[in-house]
Amino acid sequence: MINTQAAKTIYKYEMLRAWNTIMQSFVSPIISTVLYFVVFGSAIGSRIETVEGVSYGAFIVPGLVMLALLTQSVANASFGIYFPRFTGTIYEVLSAPISFVEILLGYVGAAATKSFIIGMIILATSGFFVDLNISHPFWMLGFLVLTCISFSLLGFIIGLWADNFEKLQLIPMLVITPLVFLGGSFYTIDMLPPAWQTVSLFNPVVYLVSGFRWSFYEVADVGVGISLLMVLLFTAICLAIIWWIFKTGYRLKQ
Amino acid sequence: MNLPDMDTNPIISVEALSKVYGNGHRALTDITLNIHTGEILALLGPNGAGKTTLISTICGIVNPSEGSVKVSGYDIEQDYRITRAMIGLVPQELTLPSFDTVWHTVCFSRGLFGKEPDPAYLEQLLRDLSLWEKKDSAIRTLSGGMKRRVLIAKALSHQPLVLFLDEPTAGVDVELRKGMWNLVTGLKKLGVTIILTTHYIEEAEAIADRVGVIHKSELLVIDDKQALKHKLGKRQMTIELEQPIASVPHSLSGWSLELSGEGRQLVYTYDSHSEHTGISGLLDAVNSTGLLLKDVSTSQSSLEDIFISLVGTE
Repeated sequence: MINTQAAKTIYKYEMLRAWNTIMQSFVSPIISTVLYFVVFGSAIGSRIETVEGVSYGAFIVPGLVMLALLTQSVANASFGIYFPRFTGTIYEVLSAPISFVEILLGYVGAAATKSFIIGMIILATSGFFVDLNISHPFWMLGFLVLTCISFSLLGFIIGLWADNFEKLQLIPMLVITPLVFLGGSFYTIDMLPPAWQTVSLFNPVVYLVSGFRWSFYEVADVGVGISLLMVLLFTAICLAIIWWIFKTGYRLKQ
Repeated sequence: MNLPDMDTNPIISVEALSKVYGNGHRALTDITLNIHTGEILALLGPNGAGKTTLISTICGIVNPSEGSVKVSGYDIEQDYRITRAMIGLVPQELTLPSFDTVWHTVCFSRGLFGKEPDPAYLEQLLRDLSLWEKKDSAIRTLSGGMKRRVLIAKALSHQPLVLFLDEPTAGVDVELRKGMWNLVTGLKKLGVTIILTTHYIEEAEAIADRVGVIHKSELLVIDDKQALKHKLGKRQMTIELEQPIASVPHSLSGWSLELSGEGRQLVYTYDSHSEHTGISGLLDAVNSTGLLLKDVSTSQSSLEDIFISLVGTE
């Protein structure tokens, strides 16, 4: 039986930590995204014609939201579990009568919630810059939630794997950020040369951005069904890795 | 090492427990022991002996390589939700969330163990530990002694039946150490079973009911404190002489006497449990030699003497 009280305790603790560092947790990513709107949406976007019939400023909104979601999900979840490992307070979680399910619900649930809130705020903020049209709001919410969860799971794995602060930043900097920028956040992949279009299909972020953008403008690089399948597959792989980590005690128990 | 134990219903039962870390270091070798309900057990041993590994394994932080551990009859791996709920752990290091307040971190610990909030209990706990006045203080602002007590409050926040204290008085001053001893004996009165690891033999001597000695991954001995002294300790009689002598007289050679104190003391080591200690005969023999006696005294080995004899002086 799941220890809901324990999961709730970790979740509340992590949410309170975000609230106590509100500038870093919420304000900072929102300011960064607004700057993207100003630079790409207004300054550069005003000189670009429409993309697939959508103004460039509006076209990049889903990509920008995804950019914030992915980076924030990974950062929140990785730091959330890495910090107690770093300080040694993880002993308490490991000696508590809980399984990895409660730990995931607490840490990943809180990281995903924070990212979701940031995503919604960015979406609302973008309304001040461009005219937003959300054709499929339920799909939009579905992709938003799934992305928050799947990349929070990835961040959680990074936080468990990292044994110093450099490694904690390594994957987000060298893998996540390039994947996001090359994942069609600011363009459709058919704008790329054919060879790079093929390479892009190996980038999981392409499927996320494509599916999410489809929910807004019904414009997609790949079919929405494939996008959904890829996100679910990615989530399942992350869950399997975390299950293995807790089963073996890798980096957690000696 | 299998040690005989008559307890048929121990709160913790460790059976043939071994631990070899990934780097090949053997931390525990075939440990078997029972811990009785309501007792204070002190685990003595030098650094790296395996004390922390033993309690970390029982608490679920370290995976055992071989053997089993049961808490109140429940296996720590199969029934971990039940066993861990019964245990509180105070780690050796002051591992605390520095930016949290005392109240917040104690509430977190209670929730983590699946217990509903109970502000009245936690208030009493913090008062008992003289922390109530500091409940809204950030942990980073507290002294080392207070931080140690916060760790104890966290470990007791879910009302465990068993409390593990890993080196609770390491690096603390004498006054605080005595305070900690009072706290531990107070918890025992409330029915909490306490297992503490320590370097300080005087600590074990002062508060423990039983003492176990771990050395180089093995449990060398575990027994009642007094029984241990009787079994492994030596009793000595020191005969102080009026005048120094150069060597033990030939007529006293049957007693294996040791000459010390610059020739002014004859030291006789004997077994107090044996039917014939030989004391009367020795005193008669000393009188026969014509030596004048100034004083006669006896002494019993301390736990420290026993500890050193078991593990050496390292």
